[in-house]
Amino acid sequence: MSGFQTNNKVISWLDERLPIFSMMQHSAIDYPTPRNLNYWWNFGSLAAFVLVIMLLTGIFLVMNYSSHTSLAFDSVERIMRDVNYGWLIRYLHMNGASMFFILVYVHIFRNMYYGSYKAPREVLWWVGILIFLAMMATAFMGYVLPWGQMSFWGATVITNLFSAFPVVGQHIVTLLWGGFAVDNPTLNRFFSLHYLLPFVIVGLVVVHVWALHTVKSNNPLGVEMKGEADSIPFHPYYTIKDLFGIGLFLMFFLGFVFWAPNFFGEPDNYIPANPMVTPPHIVPEWYFLPFYAILRAVPDKLLGVLAMFAAIIVLFFLPWLDSSKVRSAKFRPIYRQFFWLFFANCIFLGYLGGKPAEGWYVPASQIATVYYFAHFLILLPLLGKVEKPKALPASISAAVLKEKA
Amino acid sequence: MRKLILSALTAAGLFASSGAALAAGGGEPLMKPGFSWDGFFGRYDQAELKRGFEVFNQVCSNCHGLRLVAYRNLSAVGLTADQIKDVAAAREVADAPNDEGMVSMRAGRASDKYINPFPNDKAAAAANGGALPPDLSLMAKARVGGPNYIYSLMLGFKEEAPHGVVIPEGKYYNTYFPGNAIGMPPQLMEDLITYSDGTKASQEQLARDVTAFLNWAAEPELNERKSMGLKVMIFLAVFTALLYALKRQIWKNLH
Repeated sequence: MSGFQTNNKVISWLDERLPIFSMMQHSAIDYPTPRNLNYWWNFGSLAAFVLVIMLLTGIFLVMNYSSHTSLAFDSVERIMRDVNYGWLIRYLHMNGASMFFILVYVHIFRNMYYGSYKAPREVLWWVGILIFLAMMATAFMGYVLPWGQMSFWGATVITNLFSAFPVVGQHIVTLLWGGFAVDNPTLNRFFSLHYLLPFVIVGLVVVHVWALHTVKSNNPLGVEMKGEADSIPFHPYYTIKDLFGIGLFLMFFLGFVFWAPNFFGEPDNYIPANPMVTPPHIVPEWYFLPFYAILRAVPDKLLGVLAMFAAIIVLFFLPWLDSSKVRSAKFRPIYRQFFWLFFANCIFLGYLGGKPAEGWYVPASQIATVYYFAHFLILLPLLGKVEKPKALPASISAAVLKEKA
Repeated sequence: MRKLILSALTAAGLFASSGAALAAGGGEPLMKPGFSWDGFFGRYDQAELKRGFEVFNQVCSNCHGLRLVAYRNLSAVGLTADQIKDVAAAREVADAPNDEGMVSMRAGRASDKYINPFPNDKAAAAANGGALPPDLSLMAKARVGGPNYIYSLMLGFKEEAPHGVVIPEGKYYNTYFPGNAIGMPPQLMEDLITYSDGTKASQEQLARDVTAFLNWAAEPELNERKSMGLKVMIFLAVFTALLYALKRQIWKNLH
């Protein structure tokens, strides 16, 4: 593990003026990484990989897309039918959005299981939440672009949420719409922002990686790296492990693209938008369903909107709400149970978000919503005080060598 | 790894159930006859597509549009260039203005999109008792159940509505239509058309063939998609196995 060295005069000339080679050597090759990361640590690099796929496919889609209400739907169908491999590019982009969320959700739950958000990684975690928020905004606006029935009515329902705010609410909605209904100006500004926000995400990812490289990776044991014996260089160990992960992931991803490309979509979005006909059930994309369930669980519109936003805002406080000094759930027998309960509750909320707000679904989503917040606001602060964690290993290498013996 | 698979399954179950939740309130579960294009190796049956086109062209297209499909695309269902010209020429569209600025009608061409049977939606609804016959280009993707829905709907008409169900004047009872009262009369009678390949036109045969054609209209890329998918998967399986071997090799000396 030495710094960057070369005999090539051109490269060293350049590197003295702009140290890109030294930086790559430092951040992508020598970068010390815990030796014990498991496969759950693959999901960050996988998410970055999908971000690149989304940018590339998106750029090619835009070359054939028309952002006018009278042309948008047909221009998408033209991509599907007449553009060379247009169906492939569009299905990659469409399913890529769902993949991005699957990967990021796994990434977030991994972070929660292993307590990665705890000091000194709070800012790293914050930037992650910001990426998640930017992803949600981007995905929402992207879903509007094909201008199908669910595009139109989803946009109508979600933008209308902002009208719940007193005084400024209606002004915000008018601003979002660019008029007094979801119409051509709405489509145009959403298209513009849908192209802008992914680059904001790229910027945030750079900051995320910067923060990561400052504090280094957490690991399944949750104890910090203490010396040479605990760490291995990123290359070749994790470059090859990440590449292997990408191979597996591509098979999963492309399985949907080639055999079930509309699995994650709504059939209604293959009907052109019609402001005069409301679909029987307006449902957001699956990745919004848990938050949609929280929104609908509260009978009051404003409080529902606030609860939905609070469900994400609360994540920012997670590092301080969790009072335990121990990071990894591996050494927290009680937290581990509650983690899986929390996970199941999130899945359950997602299930409820896809159901109509009637019958037993309503009280169920209210209970699940209360539990969601109770996990953060009551359980996590208490658990750290009540729970007796198992003994932590002296170091990563000590634990790894013991396991191997 | 076991947990990974488990959570993938949980997630898949969640999506499947949320999809099912959206099934419109028609009641009866759809018929699932099984289609040639189902599954990993599924492909369209060319003879079936051609028969389905004959049903569509002679029956459905009298009321329904297919505005996203061009006549030239029909070569994929097995029509020759001359047959395509004849099908296209059966309808007229407004030509571009001539040098004097007069607009006249001309016969359809292979390069035209399928010409709608009615000049506009209002005319289509007026001619059909107020119910607009929907365009069928994307029908196989735009309904829950897709091709199963089309097939079931075609065979779901009942002469008599069940006891207690009132069907308004000018509507028909269909088991699978949301709300059960459909504006379209039953269409697929035995021997409704004479197939050019001599197949007996039973109701099930007609329904199956027209479903195949409409699925092709919605997903014309399906054959190409699935065969490309197979090649990609074989490549990825080998490539990923090599990456795994390499990973094992690199990590072996770490202790």
